[in-house]
Amino acid sequence: MITTLDPHSRAAYRGWSDITIRNLFVIPTILFLIVFNIFPLLYSLGYSFTDFRASTKDPVNFVGLRNYMELLSDPNIWSNFTITAQYVIVSVSGQVIVGFGLALLLNRSFPLKGLITTLLLLPMMLSMAVVGLFWKLLYDPNFGIINYSLGLGKLEWLGDPNIALYAVALTDIWMWSPFVMLLSLAGLSAVPKHLYEAASIDRASRLYTFFRITLPLVAPILLIAIIFRTMEAFKTFDLAYVMSGQPTTEVVSIRLYKMAFQEWQTGKSCALAYIVLIMVLCITNVYVKYLNKAKER
Amino acid sequence: MAVVSSRGQRIGNLLAIAAVIVVTFIMLAPIYWIVSTSFKPRNLATTNPPTILFEPEVSPFVKLFTKRVQLKPKEVVDYENAPWFERLVFDGGERITRSGKGEIQLSGYPDRFINSLIVAITSTLLAVSMGTITAYGFSRFKVKGEADLLFFVLSTRMLPPIVVAIPMFLMYRAAGLNDSHLGLIILYTAFNVSFAVWLMKGFIDEIPKEYEEAALVDGYTRIQAFFKIVLPEAATGIAATAVFCFITAWNEYAFALIMTNRRAQTAPPFIPSQIGSGLPDWTVIAAGTFLFLLPVAIFTFLLRNHLLRGMSFGAIRK
Repeated sequence: MITTLDPHSRAAYRGWSDITIRNLFVIPTILFLIVFNIFPLLYSLGYSFTDFRASTKDPVNFVGLRNYMELLSDPNIWSNFTITAQYVIVSVSGQVIVGFGLALLLNRSFPLKGLITTLLLLPMMLSMAVVGLFWKLLYDPNFGIINYSLGLGKLEWLGDPNIALYAVALTDIWMWSPFVMLLSLAGLSAVPKHLYEAASIDRASRLYTFFRITLPLVAPILLIAIIFRTMEAFKTFDLAYVMSGQPTTEVVSIRLYKMAFQEWQTGKSCALAYIVLIMVLCITNVYVKYLNKAKER
Repeated sequence: MAVVSSRGQRIGNLLAIAAVIVVTFIMLAPIYWIVSTSFKPRNLATTNPPTILFEPEVSPFVKLFTKRVQLKPKEVVDYENAPWFERLVFDGGERITRSGKGEIQLSGYPDRFINSLIVAITSTLLAVSMGTITAYGFSRFKVKGEADLLFFVLSTRMLPPIVVAIPMFLMYRAAGLNDSHLGLIILYTAFNVSFAVWLMKGFIDEIPKEYEEAALVDGYTRIQAFFKIVLPEAATGIAATAVFCFITAWNEYAFALIMTNRRAQTAPPFIPSQIGSGLPDWTVIAAGTFLFLLPVAIFTFLLRNHLLRGMSFGAIRK
């Protein structure tokens, strides 16, 4: 190996040294990310201890932990978190069922398989805000194709506060099941064929084969899909914001948006942002751990 | 197949394929509905039962691109002299408005579409260039605390947009970057560069080090080797990364909603804002949506072999 950091190598004497190049290649991007991601967060950490309102020129007062105390003891905020949790559970489990089920169905060879797989993947590439908006027409109680084709009469999908959250989650399931499907397919195609052959020679039942061979081997990659989708569903904003104004669909991101940009409680919203941030970092940590594990395989 | 496929297995296979076809139709139905609504006359967009078969029209696209006013009942219009596309709108009881010079006035949509293009393309170019060289740095050199730095790079992408948007809004307001293309471009570049680093690192890791080492022995400098050996080898990866970055920036909603309101507004916050009070004209919304989704749909087909890799941040490869 000639590599890389040995300053006495021949290459190092020509042009820039490897160390210079490394620094030139890595440091600007890291600095850029610090300036536009970390610095703003420090800025808002400062504001989270104040009563700052960006809409007025009132003097800013330091209030210590009051914002955090108020938020954590506010039952409305807790209900935003409960709604978010409900949303995460419904949409992620829906995506796993539909996505993994589809992957099982697709895991065989048939004509036009490539085309059909690509078509099935299309929804996840589209803009959530723009497509979500159009689902309002699909859900429309009078003219919607959904009520018509399912024979549901005038069911108010988005108008009924009790089911609006599930309607939004259903759109999310439509959009993101393909993601679970994509990852599951990769997992399924990596299961060695000879295991199935052995199972079939042993006359193992289909259920037995599924639970003892397929599922354990696909589980790691499926877990990555689940963690990734959990994180995304936890952060969800676009779909619920565009599709529904119901208080029962007010997930944390929407509360945060309203607090910051409609009620202009800037200081308090910074505190809520930090609470959300810590939660996301916890999930990210778990996610990266599994990413690295998957890479080692 | 070593195992003899029994009749039962063959029937199972056929049933599975039939199920796949049914599900594909269901999954594509919403997209079909967008496309078909964008070619419907307005009165057929909201009917009960929904209209499936109809004579396609382009009037929604005419309405999408032009400003219109409602016709006054007694107003005399020279319907006969109007060009064909204006007559399409006359039928809807609406008239295309003209500026004092007689030019047809454009609606807000083309501006937003162009804004989307400017912001998405510029931020993609920036993010991919930065991401590629940084990925090369991580891939080929020993970087102190590499794992931590890569985790840091990734974690910036995991932040909820609204969390970052609150301080960015205040900073942009102070710097006068609110509602500017530059402001959005910086935000999207920051958002995408982390993704580009992760994805490109995977692609560059796959290029054998020996290629560059041979070039170095032949008298190339490291920089020359990077441009003449590594970049061409990584071309496919760069293209795939660029398309992913473009799609992310193209689709982004939350930042655009908060940071722009008129001048630099992109299409995603604009399209929903068309639904005001009263009955929305779904054919126009569908036409706008269709044009907006079209590039992404095309890219998805071009990307089909890289989707897995891109959607898992380069962690899972085929």
